[in-house]
Amino acid sequence: MTTYEVIIVGGGHAGCEAAAASARLGVPTALITHRRATIGEMSCNPAIGGLGKGHLVREIDALDGVMGRVADKAGIQFRVLNRRKGPAVRGPRAQADRKLYREAMQSELSETPNLEIVEGEVDDLVVEHGRIAGVQLLDGRVFSARAVVLTTGTFLRGLIHRGDEMIPAGRAGEGPVLGLSLRLEALGLKLGRLKTGTPPRLDAHSINFAVLNEQIGDNPPEPFSALTSAITTPQISCFETRTTPQAHAIISSNLGRSAMYSGRISSRGPRYCPSIEDKIVRFSDKDSHLVFLEPEGLDDPTIYPNGLSTSLPEDVQLAFLRAMPGLENVVIKRAGYAIEYDHVDPRELSPSLMLRALPGLYLAGQINGTTGYEEAAAQGLLAGANAALAAKGAAPLILSRTNSYLGVMIDDLISRGVTEPYRMFTSRAEFRLHLRSDNADQRLTDLGIGVGLVGQERREHHCERMARLDAGKSLLTRLTATPNEARKAGVNVNADGVRRSAFQLLSYPTTQRADLEAIWPELADIDDKSFEQLAIDAQYAVYLDRQQADVEAVQRDEAREIPDWLDYALLPGLSNEMKQKLIDAKPQTIAQAQKIEGVTPAALTLILAVIRRGRLDKKAS
Amino acid sequence: MTQPTLVALSSGSVPSGVAVIRLTGPQSFAAVAALAGGLPRPRQASLRTLKDPANGQPLDQGLVIVFPAPHSFTGLDCAELQVHGSPAGVKAILSVLTAFEGVRLAGAGDFTRLAFENGKLDLTEVEGLGDLLAAETESQRRQALTRFDGALSRRVGDWRQALLDLRAEIEARLDFSDEDDVPFELPAHFKADIESLENQLADALARYDSGRIVREGFRIALAGAPNAGKSSLLNALAGSDVAIVTSEAGTTRDTKDVTIDLGGMLVIVTDTAGLRETDSLAEQEGIVRARRAIGHADLVLWLEAPDVETIPRPQGIDTPIWIVSSKTDIGAAAPDSDFALSMKDKDSISVLLSKLEDHIKTRIRTNEPGLISHLRDKAALEAAAENLHQAIAHIGIPELCAEDLRQASDQLAELIGLIDTEHVLDRLFAGFCIGK
Ligand SMILES: Cc1cc2nc3c(=O)[nH]c(=O)nc-3n(C[C@H](O)[C@H](O)[C@H](O)COP(=O)(O)OP(=O)(O)OC[C@H]3O[C@@H](n4cnc5c(N)ncnc54)[C@H](O)[C@@H]3O)c2cc1C
Ligand SMILES: Nc1nc2c(ncn2[C@@H]2O[C@H](COP(=O)(O)OP(=O)(O)OP(=O)(O)O)[C@@H](O)[C@H]2O)c(=O)[nH]1
Ligand SMILES: [Mg+2]
Repeated sequence: MTTYEVIIVGGGHAGCEAAAASARLGVPTALITHRRATIGEMSCNPAIGGLGKGHLVREIDALDGVMGRVADKAGIQFRVLNRRKGPAVRGPRAQADRKLYREAMQSELSETPNLEIVEGEVDDLVVEHGRIAGVQLLDGRVFSARAVVLTTGTFLRGLIHRGDEMIPAGRAGEGPVLGLSLRLEALGLKLGRLKTGTPPRLDAHSINFAVLNEQIGDNPPEPFSALTSAITTPQISCFETRTTPQAHAIISSNLGRSAMYSGRISSRGPRYCPSIEDKIVRFSDKDSHLVFLEPEGLDDPTIYPNGLSTSLPEDVQLAFLRAMPGLENVVIKRAGYAIEYDHVDPRELSPSLMLRALPGLYLAGQINGTTGYEEAAAQGLLAGANAALAAKGAAPLILSRTNSYLGVMIDDLISRGVTEPYRMFTSRAEFRLHLRSDNADQRLTDLGIGVGLVGQERREHHCERMARLDAGKSLLTRLTATPNEARKAGVNVNADGVRRSAFQLLSYPTTQRADLEAIWPELADIDDKSFEQLAIDAQYAVYLDRQQADVEAVQRDEAREIPDWLDYALLPGLSNEMKQKLIDAKPQTIAQAQKIEGVTPAALTLILAVIRRGRLDKKAS
Repeated sequence: MTQPTLVALSSGSVPSGVAVIRLTGPQSFAAVAALAGGLPRPRQASLRTLKDPANGQPLDQGLVIVFPAPHSFTGLDCAELQVHGSPAGVKAILSVLTAFEGVRLAGAGDFTRLAFENGKLDLTEVEGLGDLLAAETESQRRQALTRFDGALSRRVGDWRQALLDLRAEIEARLDFSDEDDVPFELPAHFKADIESLENQLADALARYDSGRIVREGFRIALAGAPNAGKSSLLNALAGSDVAIVTSEAGTTRDTKDVTIDLGGMLVIVTDTAGLRETDSLAEQEGIVRARRAIGHADLVLWLEAPDVETIPRPQGIDTPIWIVSSKTDIGAAAPDSDFALSMKDKDSISVLLSKLEDHIKTRIRTNEPGLISHLRDKAALEAAAENLHQAIAHIGIPELCAEDLRQASDQLAELIGLIDTEHVLDRLFAGFCIGK
């Protein structure tokens, strides 16, 4: 029997990040996955980042994760979304070359010290004395470990639907995983079922691009990773086409043959990623929908038609595609499909992503009811790091709603559970003006350094950057001007006789760097990147200061844990309804209890009081 | 400034003999010192006149006690004001206190919570909490029931819908700007919709008074020069000789409240000392109280009489004033008076009563109970209205506008229910065709 400290099951986006994080912490780690060749596979859309998701990639990067660097190597079209809106809601996104992404991820992992890759399918868990002790493979091999992270994606009892075809599968062409679900159920966990879908893939040679709108990426492209100085992979264009009334008619008259609409699929899919059938039924007043034609790679003739996810039979898919401009003679390389799979109710997890029912077992990615590569990778990083920290006997890394999108996501998952596949949006973050993609490193890298998750290269890079920012900030706050001086330089402030710092002047939307340098030539010493960052901070300063009290209140409540021994049924004064809600929701902190509908501040006070008394009793006995 | 300073009326509902207002937190002492003109020695009660620092107007007189941290109920700086238990007076003091930066009204259980956090409650007190909670939820339930019926719940529902629509529109532009179905520009009516919501909040705020009047009673102050006939009118309105009447100017020294029922409405009539320059200390104090009663009243009846020299009528106060010419049996009424009466003419008194009844009815506006009748709700509504105002100013900076709208819904959470991201997303996905 082979022994590791940490075992990661699954080489998808969650698994790669988990394996890399565990190994970065210096812990002997194994990544067990079906096939080495599918490590880093993008099951669906060949793109990384976007609104909310781009924020997650920057956070992964800030904790020295791999996704940002790999995407920078594989990206073939970079665009910052919401460029015309404020910096808080800008999200970096890149179209990726599917093959380059896989290759870059595989070489990244194979070069990672402390990490071994094992091919095989995990069929069961080894449990000893109520703790995880290892895993058993389908071929009979057994590996032992102190901690295990499951990142099995859409594979658990995966079932593909296309028209009336049903194929047990984890992904097109790959078998499902059946054993693990049984084991998870035997642990008494609630499993749910969700679904998602993917569009057909098209042959680029069969498309008439000449009649289509071209969409060009940003120039110069903005990388994801703080460690990437420039994007060197060649950049390409995407194209736009649209559905037509004729295509809609074809879909409408064949709805009965769609797996979704014939009633064969009952599980919930994501509302933000509806199938084309769904769009046409729910928004029948629209006679056309935009479709992006995205190349899957530089030397890959496969085109991903973004916006056409479907579970219609292949002949109908071909018919409606051919009713669209540029696609009159299109050839399908692989038909679209919907897939149903098992997931674990994430309310079973603790904030470290460990299952409360089985110490040592961590879950990350689609298995927790999320969707998307970035969501999976971010959870993987945290679960992998915490598995390794646990193996080392160290305290877990816990993130907060107040410092990261990752913290928001985990809090949402463990306190509310999911009813549809969970995806990140910026609107989920109440401290959105603070949680920006431009300052992820300032929010998280020091935390990562603190637990040993950040390698030397990034540590040095980070320290330099922080030193430059600090110097810039102190210069900007030290230099002050009278309203007269400011107005002379073109900054239109009130003539109220109050001196304002350069930092304050920067908060006026119209202030240009050149205006300030006219007053203080020494500001030219601040490098462009730092200056840009400081200007953003200045712009939101009023709001950020105002939110500080809220931030602290949330942090205080997040830090107040509700111990397992607390029995709501015994609390005096709580209504039965409130007791039941608390028992069902199992809040782990006061912050979570607060989010349960109908729980009053007085009830929280009572809970706090009883906890405090319990602690005193324990100390006394 | 990390921790807010909390203030609350901690002695139960007013009117009552004495009202205890408690403050705790970093700003408590600064706020109390500003009202009381300095701080007394720690833990020693001291009689002070409390004044509004904005204009020097006296608010009330009362005992002030301060308890510096950590030897206080909550473990933070604490202050206690023991004042007269009149609803209007307490309300005025609370408004002045919450006008300080960083001072806000405490929510249910806040003080107790702070006390826990700072290790100030012992185990027996913890046992008592269960009862406290039961009482609190019962009263909240009753309050919620009376609040959210019929027309009111419809209005609350409208606000909720309006806020959801507004937030969904703007969040769609932030989270789904790359979608075909989401245009860049906000809809043309977006600004008008925020303004309309802001107006509705302002309207509800205006009704705050009617809620208070229904709950606490309508306050009428009888005021004017000595001997104008104020106490006589009080007796006539009350239907009994509750106040001393003599022909000596300066008979009434202290204010006197009499409660009467007018068409089912609670009315509190306050007799006051006649206003004049005087050397008598007791009379001077009476005149201070008379002025305060005028300031706190919902309506002032200003009495003038043919046999009394007229003095300047009160000016620059928001309260409506009726000029009442009394003693019409001995001389002509002033030409510009609103009302003329005589104790000898019982009919003139009934006419006054019925005019008062009509007036109070219009002041309550409708028979609909006020949506907000508590200072805490009022504060939330005012804050939300301010957030909406900011949202309008930030319409070109969508992430700030969205932030303002989020804060407005947080403020209104107790009135309209919590609107969280999931609700916004539900609304958004129902309205926009989103998803590639
Ligand atoms: C058809 C389809 C459509 C999708 N559509 C969208 C979409 O529209 N939008 C979106 O955001 N996301 C979509 N996704 C989701 C996205 O692909 C996933 O969210 C993301 O890949 C999840 O990452 P993961 O690491 O959790 O799992 P996966 O990427 O699925 O990786 C799982 C890995 O684990 C391995 N594995 C599984 N079980 C075992 C086992 N027992 N032993 C060993 N190895 C195992 C597998 O071989 C695989 O390598 C779609 C996925 C699919 C399949
Ligand atoms: N003829 C006549 N005398 C009245 C009338 N009302 C009051 N008076 C007399 O006026 C005198 C003063 O009346 P009060 O009611 O004591 O006057 P007041 O305004 O309360 O006076 P102070 O308390 O001194 O401020 C008394 O002698 C009353 O009897 C009236 O309607 N007609
Ligand atoms: Mg009198």
